Amino acid sequence: MMQFFKLVARNSLRNRLRSALTVAGIVAAILAFGLLQTIVEAWFAGVDGAVASRLITRNSISFSSPLPRAYEKRIREVDGVRDVTFVTWFGGIYKDAKNFFPQYAVDSASYFRMYPENVVPEDVLREFQHDRRGAIIGRKLANRFGLKPGDVVQLEGTIYPGPWEFVVKGIFDGRDPKIDTTQLFFRWDYLNETLRMRSKAQAEQVGVFVVDVADVNRVAEVSEAIDHTFRNSFAETRTETERAFQIGFMKQTESILISIRVVSFVVIFIILSVMANTMAMTARERLAEYATLKVLGFGPGYVASLILAESVVLALVGAAVAIWLTPLVAAQIAVLTKALFPTLVVSKDTVALQAVAALTVGVLSAVFPMWRASRVNIIEGLRAVG
Amino acid sequence: MRLLLAYSLRNLRTRKITTALTAGGMALVLFVFAAVLMLDSGLKQTLVSTGEDANAIFVRRSAEVEIQSMVDRRQAGIIESQPEVLLGSDGAPVVSKEVVVLIALPRQGSGQTSNIVTRGVGAAVLTLRPKIHIAKGRMFRPGSNEIMIGGALVGRFTGLQEGSTLRFAQRDWQVVGQFDAGGSGFDSEIWGDNAQFMQAFRRDAYSSVVVRLASRAGFNSIKARLESDRRLTVEAKREGVFYEEQSRLMSGFIQILGVTLSVLFSVGAVIGATITMYAAVASRKREIGALRALGFRRSSILVAFLAEAMLLGMVGWVVGLSLASLMMLVKVTTLNWASLSELAFRFVLTPGIVLQSLCFAIVMGFLGGFLPALRASRMKIVDALRAN
Amino acid sequence: MSILPRTGAASGADVLIALRHVSKSYRRGGQIIPVVSDITFDIRRAEFLALMGPSGSGKSTLLNLIAGIDTPDGGSITMGGADITRLPEAELADWRAANVGFIFQFYNLMPVLTALENVELPLTLTRLGRRDRRERALLALDLVGLSDRVRHFPSELSGGQQQRVAIARAIVTDPTVLVADEPTGDLDRQSAEDVLAIMQRLNREMGKTIVMVTHDRRAAEHARSIMQLEKGELSQRVELPHD
Repeated sequence: MMQFFKLVARNSLRNRLRSALTVAGIVAAILAFGLLQTIVEAWFAGVDGAVASRLITRNSISFSSPLPRAYEKRIREVDGVRDVTFVTWFGGIYKDAKNFFPQYAVDSASYFRMYPENVVPEDVLREFQHDRRGAIIGRKLANRFGLKPGDVVQLEGTIYPGPWEFVVKGIFDGRDPKIDTTQLFFRWDYLNETLRMRSKAQAEQVGVFVVDVADVNRVAEVSEAIDHTFRNSFAETRTETERAFQIGFMKQTESILISIRVVSFVVIFIILSVMANTMAMTARERLAEYATLKVLGFGPGYVASLILAESVVLALVGAAVAIWLTPLVAAQIAVLTKALFPTLVVSKDTVALQAVAALTVGVLSAVFPMWRASRVNIIEGLRAVG
Repeated sequence: MRLLLAYSLRNLRTRKITTALTAGGMALVLFVFAAVLMLDSGLKQTLVSTGEDANAIFVRRSAEVEIQSMVDRRQAGIIESQPEVLLGSDGAPVVSKEVVVLIALPRQGSGQTSNIVTRGVGAAVLTLRPKIHIAKGRMFRPGSNEIMIGGALVGRFTGLQEGSTLRFAQRDWQVVGQFDAGGSGFDSEIWGDNAQFMQAFRRDAYSSVVVRLASRAGFNSIKARLESDRRLTVEAKREGVFYEEQSRLMSGFIQILGVTLSVLFSVGAVIGATITMYAAVASRKREIGALRALGFRRSSILVAFLAEAMLLGMVGWVVGLSLASLMMLVKVTTLNWASLSELAFRFVLTPGIVLQSLCFAIVMGFLGGFLPALRASRMKIVDALRAN
Repeated sequence: MSILPRTGAASGADVLIALRHVSKSYRRGGQIIPVVSDITFDIRRAEFLALMGPSGSGKSTLLNLIAGIDTPDGGSITMGGADITRLPEAELADWRAANVGFIFQFYNLMPVLTALENVELPLTLTRLGRRDRRERALLALDLVGLSDRVRHFPSELSGGQQQRVAIARAIVTDPTVLVADEPTGDLDRQSAEDVLAIMQRLNREMGKTIVMVTHDRRAAEHARSIMQLEKGELSQRVELPHD
């Protein structure tokens, strides 16, 4: 057995250049595969982060139509509702359209109470509640634009026209690395007050309500009760779990996700073609040796397993390097793409998939050469020495 | 030169499996590369063809899409009375004052909903957008609860077809027709009477005003005059430009993602080509020695092996592009991030993509073949001849 | 330039190639191994010289030096008055294309090209047009008796036939000198005889200058003179009687 592994190791090092190139190819492919998986997962981060007991109530027309602020009180009265807050998408431009990041007008009293995953220091929250023009920003956003408490952020409104100024009161962190900290929160009452002067039609309205249900098992019943309250009223509502809301959003960009998924498997086939070629060439060049081994009395199984072992060793060495590199490169991508992927965390699933993909490539690449080598005719094989 | 090229080509044919595997890897890279560019050109084509350059669209200043915009009745009245606006045969200006609202509709098959643009339009809309024609049924009657639907919606949403009834904004709407907008963004919309839509959605302002210009040159003067008018808060754009801008966010994303992936993937394929060409050089040492002894210069050897590698890339190109052209049969629907509504479009193959992918293929072949070809050309004749 | 027969043999005093104090050594590991040391001799025009000697005597190295595919460490080699040891790499290649025809032990034909294309190959380095090239290649193949095998690939030919294609390839450019490294080393007796007969004819009837390395005395006897090499040095030179 020692002898077998020695042979495999020496064989893999025989054509060093070829082995090195093959491993490099596998590293590139498995790395690309891992990164794509990570990106797809990041896309679903919002879904994963959804809390089961949280409901989103939006206008039944679509989420881009607002709801009256006055609904809050009536939702609070629905049986089973523990807490309610509301959020309005602001959609402003910071200096240039390229600098996109999400901005929300929120209720300063209730919002952070209902989103404990956004960790805000108590003194910051207190200051925020004392200054109408105050804003709280995420750690990543602060780092991206070098913002610190006391700075004034000016946004150009697209939905709510005109210039808007906010004073950064402090910075929030994510409870875990998957939490998006590229956002800016400011006070809805400041928005509303300004709208009352500038654009009356848009005042006294909010984007969506977020509802906390006391008993997770009653979410369906509570959703129904909320929507029932507003049936045939000025604006009908549609209430669903935060998760369903996120999935609904996700589903609409599904074709892009599917493309990325498909493409991430294409790279596996690319590397399979490279690796299979390497192994086929290697085996062809060594036909004489395989014939010699057979003359010495080794069975076809021994010869075949020599090839398989070499192929798998190369694939796994490549995979190990790629798996080590993936989080490092992912971090770089997150920095480069800024707002696009707020969180890029390489999951255990991704690492497992990478290892499985490499192993599959290693095994599949060996199939044809194994078959050929184990069938090699001794006389012909020996003649191949030349 | 011809003979040397034949030499390269036949060498590829001799090593069939190796050639197939190496070219196959390159073909997959080129497939991804071409498919992404096709997706992007399809997206652009759809959105660019949505607008007409003879039309000017007015939206509220700094609104990027119509759902963010508001233009009140008084402002709309000023816009339509400008002298640059074309007058129809009835003497009325060719104008459509439009109200655009997103509605969520359940998609066919799944319970999930998607956002669809509903557009309340003026009666002159078909004169304004002559590329659009009624494919089935008829135009809605002004002042009624009738609507018509874009061709791309049929089959994608539950029960959405001519003759059916659709409920939104607490009203029932009668689908009386289906229109064909030539694969543009309008094909993914629902159209009805603007006054009815404003009532149902409780709006008191239009989203945009679209006018047909008497002459294309009139755009500059109407834009200059209205944008400096203190009574107005609008911004004018050529309709074509307005919709083209909506493709930028997604188009940029698709391009960056696609090119990054292609380059990343090509590393694998180039390494494959390098391995193959190194093996080719190694197994043909004696041939190389003989060629050099016959008086072929180092540069000729370099060219011959580079040509072989680039031919390999071209084989990959033919296969990859053929695969990619099959994608033209696929229809894509996705959320356009700019307008937040769903959009249907196709993969479109353009001559530019054919050329770009060919260049990409040749560059991959060149990179893969370079080091091996260099090694071949650097070999000492005496050593090469002695090899077996 | 013609490959048609030239009348008569060259005069004895007409020196084509002159080697003066030529030496060559190889470095193996840390050691320097002399292969050819201080060799001086002349090759006359229309000579058919056989270089003989045991393996390691330096005969192949000497041949490579004459053919310009290897360069000496010291001394000079002149052909027609020009010193080829001073030519830069690229010019040396052009010089070979114009002046040297090669015949190898293992033929070294391009396996993916037909017999005709193999013979045509060196002509692609000349200014000849396509039709002229083809004509000449056919003529050369006719000369080695393979007119009926022009479309065959090397793998479809016997060893003797392959070597005859190689000879055709060597003479098709009408080079000044033909060099042959063990041309019969891989052939059976009969095929070897055929090949040697062709070489002899090229020398006698067309006045081709030939330098051939061989370890086979019977092959060497087809030459006009035999030179013996021993440990990189010239040991004897014998003129064979004309028959």
